[in-house]
Order: sequence, then structure tokens, then C-alpha cells
Amino acid sequence: MTQKHRLVVIGNGMAGGRLLEEIVARGGREQFELIAFGDEPYGNYNRILLSNVLAKSQDPDEIYLNPLSWYTENGVTLHAGTRVIGMDRRFKRLFHEKGELRYDTLVFATGSSAFVPPILGVRGDDGELKKGVYAFRTLDDCHGIMDSARSARKAVVIGGGLLGLEAARGLQELGVEEVHVVHLMSHLMEAQLDAAGAEMLQGTFEQMGFHVHLEKSTKEILGNGKVTGLRFADGTMLDCDMLVISAGIRPNAEIAARAGLTVNRGIIVGDDLRSPDDKSVYAIGECIEHRGETFGLVAPVWEQARTLAERLTGRNPEAEYRGSLIATKLKVMGIDLSVMGEHTPQPGDEVVRYVEESERIYKKILVRNGKLAGAILLGDTSRGAHLLQLFDRGQELPQRRSELLFPAPHEIGAPTVESLPDDHQVCNCNGVSKAQIVTAVKGGCRSLKSLCDATRAGQGCGSCKAQVEALFEYAADGGAVEDPSIHYYVPGIPLTKPELIDAVRTLGLRSVSSVFKALANGKEDPSSKMGLASLLKTLWGGEYEDERDARFINDRVHGNVQKDGTFSVVPGISGGVTTVHQLRRIADVAEKYEVPMIKITGGQRIDLLGIRKNQLPDVWKDLGMRSGYAYAKSVRTVKTCVGSEFCRFGLGDSTRLGIEMEERFKGLESPGKLKLGVAGCPRNCSEALIKDVGIVAVEGERWEIYVGGAGGAHVRKADLLAVVATHEEVLLLAGRFIQYYREQAKYLERTYSFVPRVGIEKIRAIIVDDSEGIAAELDRALQASVDAYADPWLEAVEPVHPSQFAAAIDA
Amino acid sequence: MMKEMYAAEAQSYDIGSVERIPIGEGRRFRLGAEEIAVFHLRNGEVHAVQAICPHREGPLEDGLTGSGRVVCPLHARAFDLASGEPVGHTCDALRTYPAEVTSAGTIRIYVVQVAESI
Repeated sequence: MTQKHRLVVIGNGMAGGRLLEEIVARGGREQFELIAFGDEPYGNYNRILLSNVLAKSQDPDEIYLNPLSWYTENGVTLHAGTRVIGMDRRFKRLFHEKGELRYDTLVFATGSSAFVPPILGVRGDDGELKKGVYAFRTLDDCHGIMDSARSARKAVVIGGGLLGLEAARGLQELGVEEVHVVHLMSHLMEAQLDAAGAEMLQGTFEQMGFHVHLEKSTKEILGNGKVTGLRFADGTMLDCDMLVISAGIRPNAEIAARAGLTVNRGIIVGDDLRSPDDKSVYAIGECIEHRGETFGLVAPVWEQARTLAERLTGRNPEAEYRGSLIATKLKVMGIDLSVMGEHTPQPGDEVVRYVEESERIYKKILVRNGKLAGAILLGDTSRGAHLLQLFDRGQELPQRRSELLFPAPHEIGAPTVESLPDDHQVCNCNGVSKAQIVTAVKGGCRSLKSLCDATRAGQGCGSCKAQVEALFEYAADGGAVEDPSIHYYVPGIPLTKPELIDAVRTLGLRSVSSVFKALANGKEDPSSKMGLASLLKTLWGGEYEDERDARFINDRVHGNVQKDGTFSVVPGISGGVTTVHQLRRIADVAEKYEVPMIKITGGQRIDLLGIRKNQLPDVWKDLGMRSGYAYAKSVRTVKTCVGSEFCRFGLGDSTRLGIEMEERFKGLESPGKLKLGVAGCPRNCSEALIKDVGIVAVEGERWEIYVGGAGGAHVRKADLLAVVATHEEVLLLAGRFIQYYREQAKYLERTYSFVPRVGIEKIRAIIVDDSEGIAAELDRALQASVDAYADPWLEAVEPVHPSQFAAAIDA
Repeated sequence: MMKEMYAAEAQSYDIGSVERIPIGEGRRFRLGAEEIAVFHLRNGEVHAVQAICPHREGPLEDGLTGSGRVVCPLHARAFDLASGEPVGHTCDALRTYPAEVTSAGTIRIYVVQVAESI
């Protein structure tokens, strides 16, 4: 057996530990002999939760990420408590306290250390911190602070940054009577906050009993043998029983510097996370400097770990780290603060601000090129999860900026996820409670997708997804990572919809199996097949190579599968207007096949339930009607009211328009199902305002066209797209909208998500005003699909395969 | 090979040409007292498992296949076709039946009689 490539990781903290996990998850054990060095004698722990340990909201035991047994089980040799001393790059050797070893590839994940400014008297004669003085960086620091706080009455924290404020709150929680925060700068948390926000925060902080001293430069730590106070540059003094220094961090880069690697503030790496000086040496985490930035938050560090694992394992040898979007929360009980991105506007930025002094609420967002460049939410973070999503994904912002700062009217009064009781059932389809979700996140589900896969929350009708996501972010408490697959069109192909469309067109991929072959190394993910089939059919129309195994059973046999494996048969009744002749045939069929249930549907049709698969062709032949598509991701039905023909309030001929629409759009495949409706007056009896496309007649012989409504698991009033005069205009604009949705929406994204995501203003500009010059192309593509329509129930006469409708076959 | 291993204790059934099952799909066969879902995968393999999903009795032969798995059409529970093991959930494993394509291009399935009680 050939010797495995030896990969050595120096550092076993948030970066090193995570890198090992990511490598193991990618099957790296087969490729590499994995060796790790850790300074501390423990397995790795979640450093961002140290503040919680100090504030007693979590036990030290709870913050371990991987126990020592994880390393043994996963074939990683961990040298815990062994310091690395140096290295010889030429001979690829590493020297540590207990010996030396050879490496093939080396990764620095040495992290950072608390920065202790060289203040007079900060250290004792032995060079260690003076008694009563602590850094706030490691679990050992934490234990020291907790011990000391028991007997301290007055404590000072040097450093008014995120960590300093969290330390101050921890000290108060530990029972220290008087806690002072001393800060060198003119406002607190200057890295994350602007002056106005910081002033508001300071007010809240002081109200909670803290003392804040700004622009104070500490010149001397007083006390003989033990700290008794501080002396500042302006000559003033402050006495204390203990002192915590939280003055920032410094990358641990000494070993790298001594080995001749380029080090500035941190170890310099490129987008490949490699040292420019040595192709066998990589570095990630708080020890690095990348594009001039150093790192102190966990999300970018984990992103680096993931990127490097992709590269090293060859999963994606071209993977690059191009920097991260930064978002964080202050974990101080009693203060709600969430920040993301930048806080100081650049020229041309739009600033939106809301200040409410009495409630100590401060909200500010920076908009750059229509996208969120930064946000500060203080005192009310209810929009935090929403903004973070817009920020992370770089989505277009709604025109009305107030929607960013305040919940929509229907969201007001809805309980926040924090306030829900533990046994509250969040996912009503799969019966998943808040407690189960929180437990799963604490137990290691770090991405929304892994959470949903593990608990099945949000995997039924999907209407609870927003709440699951909010709960996920609440439970992850800043430790969330984004799963890149959420951006994929389907889970099995690592491409977004535009990237996938591009690849499909460039490579001329006309069948689902050819997409798997070309873009997924031949790995056929069953859950991706339907989405691909839908997209390919929309893209290629008549040139699409239909593979029946890529279809869901409903689309193979053109009926809706029921809980007992039988199917429902819903013949098309355009606009819900039927005849004696149709009714008689339906009745005859129901009698002949002893149909167990005949049901009038919500879409104004008649459903024959309990038909066995092998009966379907005969049932269809006897009906002599076309398919009503009550099973497909396609245009389903057009619901109408009586309209001007009989109704005494009717303003427009809703039945005739409904029939025209259904005849034209019937069976069009789409990313999600499309339910249409036409109302003959604003009384809206056919519920047109909660349809994917709804048409409402208004006085003056005009039709309003609405899009994006929903009346199912999710309820949403549709947005007005246009007001027109004729049926022809309705058919034109509704068709153009449908085609735009077919081309642009993600798979299974209903119009009620799609329309608000894109924005009704933008959709109106494209569909009505042709702002992108694509209207003619949309119309042409739609017409081609309309022309390609064939009733799938004709397969009763000509099945695509002899056993297409076979039930159990006797051997 | 398979024949020798199972001939003694298994009943074998020849269920006809592999073409009876469209590529990538499954069909249900009744073999003696057993209802068995037989799949004809795109890589040419054939697999036979119990036809009824252990979750809520869905018809597994109607499921989508890929990467050696079948996904039940009712509630999307996935199972590995070779081992019968559940994938990503905790339902019981499926009973599997040895299956092969004979030199004549037919599918042969071996049903091993399981003792009622041990």
C-alpha cells in the first residue's frame, strides 16, 4: 500500500477543528493521514460561546464541539496540549515539544491571542499578568474570571468592543456590584456601530447599571502584587478589585514568520488560502491576513475551512475564498443588537434611519446599488433574520424601504420565535416542535438544510419555512453556516438556475440523464429529477428528450397518487362550466367503475377518487374528456364566477374569459402549480385575489390583472399588475407573466414567493412596459408551448410503454 | 453464481424480459405470496425489494430512482435498493430479494422463504 499523503493541521480551535470535520465529511480519511496539534488539552470548543459560559447561560461542558473520542473515531491523530515550536520548510518537518514529524501539506490554524497592551504594571515580576488581571480569550481565562469575580466588588473591563461588553455583562451576572467599561475610542463598538447607534447603546448599557468611560487611555495598572486600580493619561484614577482586558486580538503568526513565510498583521494568504511563499503551506482562521483583512468572527473562518477542504480533497480543486460578508449579534441579555456589513456610508449610498429615543430603538440601513450594504438594528431586531437573508444573498431590496425596518401589517402581533413555548408545534405537517428544532441545532445542525433534513421541519407543505428559519437563526446564535445548496436550482447539481440554464444551453443537454452525466459526474439524484425535467421542457419545448423515469408517478400516469396507491381522475372542465352531456358521461363512468368517491373540487371540477392504475386508460376512453391536470406542476384550472351572463352584479363576462384562458394555458408546465381565477365584479366570488393569476372585472368595462396571490398553506393577496380593456390583452399579459415565471422562478417556487422576491414594480416594468426588451421573446416562447400542447390522456390509446399502466403483475 | 448460492433454499422466478420495466422505473410483481417492486436502473442493474413502503404503505414501485435509491412517492422516504436500508430517516429497512439479469436478458428473482418464527 502506498503511503497516504500526510496532512498536518497546527491548531485545533474553531478553524482547525472545523477544517478536520470538513475534510472527514468529504471522505478525506481515504486520502490523507490526518494529524492535528492543539495547544489546549481539550478537544475543540466553541469559543464564541465563552461569553455565555461567563454569563452562566451555558455550562462549560456544553460548548465542546468534538470530544477527544471524535478524533479517534475519525482517524485523526490529535496531539492535545502539545505546542508546535518551529518548522523546516525545505525538508518539510515540524518541530514540537515532544519531537518532530514530517508533513506533506501543512495548515496553519493557530488562531489569535488576546492583545494585552504594554501598560505599565500590567504584568508582575514573573512576566505573567498581575494578580486580578485577566485576558478574555480561553476557557482557562473564563475559569479565572469566574473564580476572581466571587470576591470582587468592583471590576473594570478595558475595551468597549463586542467582547468587552459581553465580558462586562458576564461580570455583572457573576455578582460583581460595580462594573466599569473603559474604552480608548470616542464610542463603543466602533468596528460595528456608527456614533449615533453607539450613543444609544451606551444609554441602554448605563441604564443597566454599567459605568462607561470613553476616550480613556490607561497608563498604569496600580497595585502591589495585585491590581487595585488604573491610572489614565488625563491623570484621573479608577480603583478596582479585578480587571479584564479585552483590547482586541492579534493573529498568532510567530512560527510562520520564523519559517520565512510572509507575515504582515497575520499570515498572508491568497484566495487559494495558500502562502505565496510555499505551495505546501496553507493557513485559515484568525491567524491569517487575506486581502488586507484579519478575522475575528466565526462565519468567515468556517467558510475558509469549507473552501480549503474542497480544495485539498479535490472535490473542487479550484475553490477560492474571496472574503465574507460580516454579520454579528451582541450576546448581552437585555440588549438586542444585530449588525451586518458596513456602518458608514460611501458617496452615493442611500441611508435609511429610524430613531425612537424613548424606547432606545435605533435602526439604520445602507443601500448600495439597490442592495443591502449594511444594517444596524438596536432595541428591536425583529427584522434581523429578514435583513440578514437579503444581505447574505445580495437580493434586490423592496422599493418601499420601510418594509426593511418594520414588519408587514400581517406580521404584527405574530409571536416572535423566542417567545414561543418549547412544545409549540412549528411544522404542522411533520409535527416538529420548537424544542426539537432547538435541540437539533444545538446538537450540530449548523445549516438550515441539515436542520430540515434531520427533523423534517418545513418539508411538508412548506408554509412554516420562514418560522423554521427564524428559529434556526435564534438557536444557532451566530454559529449558523449557509449551505451553498440552498442556492442550487436542484440539490443534486451544484449550480444556480442561471448557471444551470447556461450550462444546459451551451452543452446542448436535452435530457435529464445527460444533465447528470455532464454536470454531476453521472450521479443521479432522484430528488433532482422532477426539477430538471420541468426546466428542460421549458427551455427546449419540442426538442426536449422526455425520459419517463425523470417524472414523478403523477406525470407518468397523468393522475394524482392517493394514500392507498390509487389515483384520482379529474377531467378538464374549462372555466368550471359544464354540460348535461359531460355530467352524464362522468356519472356513467363513476357507475361503471364503481368509483369509491365522487367529489366536487375547490377548482370547480369533479374528482373521481380511488381509480386503480390499470383502470386509468379505460376510464379516460369512456369519459372522452381531456385531462384537467389536477396532478401536475402546471396550469391547473381557471375558477370563475357566473359573471355578466346571469349575475345581477356582473360587470364582465368572467365565464367566457375563464374558458378562453383555460383553453389557451391548459397543461403548461411551470416551476410550481398555477391556479387561475376570473371574477366578474370586485365581489371576487371566484377568489381571483388569492390566485396565482387572477382577473377581476371593474366598472368601465375593464379588467384588473392580479399576480402572486395564494389561498393555500400560505395566504397572500395578489398584487395588481395592470388594468386592461379586452380579453385579448388579458390573455397577452397573463401569458407573458406566466412565461416569465416559468423561466425565472426556482423549482417549486410558487408565484406568491416569486412575485415579492422579484418585486411587482420590476415585474410590471418587464411585462407591461417591456423594460428589458424581452416581451416579444416571452410571447413567442409561450406560443410555442401552447402550440406543443397535447392531451396526455391520449396515451390511453397509445401508451408510451406496454407496462405504463400496469398494476401488480403476476409472474 | 447467484443461482448456486440460492438454489437450495430459494424459489426462483423468471419474470420475463428486462424490457418489461422501462429504464429507470419500477413495476410491481406478485411472486407467490410476495408483492415485490422490481427496478430496472439506468446503469443496467436490477433490484427487487418489498413493494410496500414501511412508512405508510406507499407503492414503492412508483417511486423515483437514482444513485441506487428509490424515493417513495407518498412521503419521499428514500431507501437504498441494494441493502434496503432507510436513507435519512428511521423507518425499518426494506426486505430485499436477490435479482439478476440472465444471459437470455430476463430478470430472475430469488425468494428465500423466511421462517414464520424463530
